[in-house]
Amino acid sequence: MAPVIEAAGLVKKFGSTTALDGLDLTVHEGEVHGFLGPNGSGKSTTIRILLGLLRADGGHVTLLGADPWRDAAELHRRLAYVPGDVVLWPNLTGGEVIDLLGRLRGGVDPGRRAQLLEAFELDPSKKCRSYSKGNRQKVALVAALSSDVPLLVLDEPTSGLDPLMEKVFQDELAQARVRGRTALLSSHILSEVERAADRVSIVRAGRIVDSGTLADLRHLTRSSVVATLSDPVTPGEAAQWPGVHSARHDHGQLALSVETSSVGHVLQRLGALGIETLTCQPPTLEELFLSQYADRPVDGGSSTDAAQEQVPA
Amino acid sequence: MSSLAGTTTLLRLAWRRDRWVVSACVVALVATAYGSMAATRDLYPTDAAAAAGAAAMTDNASLTAMYGPLPALTTAGVGVLKTVMFGSLFSAFLAFAIVRRHTRTEEEEGRLELLAAGAVGRRAATASAVLLASLAVVATALLSALSLVATGVGVSGSLALGVVVVVAGLVMTGVTAVAVQLTSTTRGAGGIAVGVLGLAYVVRALADTSTGAVRQLAWLSFLGWAEKVSPFGENRFWLVLPALAATAALLLAADRLLQRRDLGAGLWAPRPGPATAHPRLASPRGLAWRLQRGSLLGWSVGYAVLGLVVGGVARSVDQIAQDPAVEDMLRRMSGGQGTLLDVFLGTELRFLAVGAGAYGVATALRLRSEESSGRAEALLATPVRRAQWLASHGVLAVAGSAWLMVVAGVTVGLSASAAGDVGVVQVVAAAVATVPAVLVCVGLALLLFGLVPHWSAAAWGALALFVMLGELGAILRLPQSVLGLSPFDHLGSLPGGDANVTGLLGLGVAAVATAAVGVLAFRRRDLA
Ligand SMILES: Nc1ncnc2c1ncn2[C@@H]1O[C@H](COP(=O)(O)OP(=O)(O)OP(=O)(O)O)[C@@H](O)[C@H]1O
Ligand SMILES: [Mg+2]
Repeated sequence: MAPVIEAAGLVKKFGSTTALDGLDLTVHEGEVHGFLGPNGSGKSTTIRILLGLLRADGGHVTLLGADPWRDAAELHRRLAYVPGDVVLWPNLTGGEVIDLLGRLRGGVDPGRRAQLLEAFELDPSKKCRSYSKGNRQKVALVAALSSDVPLLVLDEPTSGLDPLMEKVFQDELAQARVRGRTALLSSHILSEVERAADRVSIVRAGRIVDSGTLADLRHLTRSSVVATLSDPVTPGEAAQWPGVHSARHDHGQLALSVETSSVGHVLQRLGALGIETLTCQPPTLEELFLSQYADRPVDGGSSTDAAQEQVPA
Repeated sequence: MSSLAGTTTLLRLAWRRDRWVVSACVVALVATAYGSMAATRDLYPTDAAAAAGAAAMTDNASLTAMYGPLPALTTAGVGVLKTVMFGSLFSAFLAFAIVRRHTRTEEEEGRLELLAAGAVGRRAATASAVLLASLAVVATALLSALSLVATGVGVSGSLALGVVVVVAGLVMTGVTAVAVQLTSTTRGAGGIAVGVLGLAYVVRALADTSTGAVRQLAWLSFLGWAEKVSPFGENRFWLVLPALAATAALLLAADRLLQRRDLGAGLWAPRPGPATAHPRLASPRGLAWRLQRGSLLGWSVGYAVLGLVVGGVARSVDQIAQDPAVEDMLRRMSGGQGTLLDVFLGTELRFLAVGAGAYGVATALRLRSEESSGRAEALLATPVRRAQWLASHGVLAVAGSAWLMVVAGVTVGLSASAAGDVGVVQVVAAAVATVPAVLVCVGLALLLFGLVPHWSAAAWGALALFVMLGELGAILRLPQSVLGLSPFDHLGSLPGGDANVTGLLGLGVAAVATAAVGVLAFRRRDLA
């Protein structure tokens, strides 16, 4: 089965700035693919190339098996797009815009439209100029989600939505996935990506720095292990264990930073020393991304709202 | 925080953004004033020569309708005639463009919000825009006065021309300041302000070509005040006083409105509309029509009114003494053939054609504003083809501007034929014959949009150049090869004379070729 989106070595220059510098991206059918990266890293540029709005200066890209630049109009029958910056016609109503975009894509299902309008609590009879930012975003979302297309291209679709509406979006996206649709989801909201995405790609300065399932990515970083031992060991000694990056004393406890792949091994050693209390904390998504965005390793366990596994002794 | 806080900062920002365009406009007008005066002095070295050569101008209705009455039958009076109306309109447009750009446009695009959240008072944006416009107007006035002095004509008349520029520019500053408070859209504000300017022009044209009490109606129009300053004639400097009073009143009104409304809003709140789209709103064409039908309606009404006015003036042309010298001069001025009436109608239709060109350029350049705002992106991510989207506005520009010339032809023809002697069909044919030149303007706009999108607005510069060449090219004795750059130079002399068939065909080819290159280039470029 060929991937829905396949880009290899994409290059895009705007004058002297290089927006994309050899970007590779693969999105398989039926998956929600998170697309993450710092501001200005090239997410929207990639998406515009995928939509045939920009022409790549180098590299190779196929979308649903066709060339997005050459076959743009045909391809657009099979996808719906929510732009990062939703600008609407100020003197049209939201309902008119939804109908227009839907009809251009080949028809609107009135039932689905009504259902989405209700779910997003959007008044379709208001002029677009009088919508708030979140409501403009909702217009674009309803227009995209109400069309029956196999691919959704979403560039920061929830920017400006309140948490309640974000939840509605999550539910709709989950439904779309159940129906076998593919989605490319660019976002800065990590919890959203964590909940919705099967796989993620992280882009920095126009290149993919990491791609895979969240579990894969987590694997590459460090977990924090904090233990009270009945048979204490000096931090200097613990730091010698394989997979341990650093060790220190913290309020009478031993605090270790451990390669996530070596956690099991370290726990065995701690077990031998008699564990009284143990906290083992995988890196939070924030930490994962911070490390990728900034290109420096960040140790897990520095954040208080992280998922914690308390293991009683 | 004072409501004016940040005005100077905004003024500096506005100047930074606009300094080149504003300077270029000021220089263009000053050069025009200087050029026509210098050329007239070459043509008529003495007042006696001017009196002999230009006697016909004094009671020529067509010239009066267009430029206002001749201030004096002297060399300087003849040399300043066109500059009075040209300078008034130019100064008014400059003021309008500056004020609107730094108030309503900024607000509509949300940039003002960014500033208003900083240490910028509520009145600062309007105040800085009004200041910049006034400074530009006053600079234009001073420099054009100086440039006239440099040609060796009298100082007081030269200063009076400066007053003309100030009167028109300042009042239009006030008019625009009010207009931008009324609606929440840039386009709507433009419609109101330009509508007022157009009304002022029509009122004074009607008044100037009438007799008796109606003549006094010119006092209702601020362009009437500007022309009644009468440089090198009466030199009514005091007319700057009513202009200042009117400007102050308008600015006060604008300020009251500004205090009453919210940022981003107009005085008229937007009403809710239909929750579902009309069945016709299902294609790029449907959308383009929906977006632009209001403007076409406005232009059509304006053209119908202008056509009736021009036709009405034409009736009085016949009453001019059939002095062969008069006819000869008019012909040389317009290159027309046929009766004096034909020449007059031909000249007026050519003016209306330039206006239709402006409509075509504005309509075609909607493509650019749709693109730069990001709205085109939403459309072109649907199965709409690029050429199809471009055509949706392009066809409207072509058909709309041609339609305007038909409206002009029919209304001018009907109203002029009431006096007899004029066939409606001939007038309509003459109006339609200008369409190829109008379409070259549209083609040029499409060409720029396709090839160099960031420079699309240069289409306006081209149109302004065509107007300059047509109006002043002959006076400045420019060679035919330069005059021929304007598509409006190849129209032949209809009604009454011969159509320039090869010229019209050439224009048609140029229009099609430029548009085609524009479409091809747009299909190959990035959306930017
Ligand atoms: N039309 C353009 N002209 C010039 N430079 C551009 C253009 N579009 C994008 N860029 C540049 O390309 C780079 C990538 O921009 P892009 O919009 O793709 O970033 P992004 O990842 O979507 O960022 P964000 O998270 O802020 O949306 C940036 O440096 C940007 O300045
Ligand atoms: Mg982006």
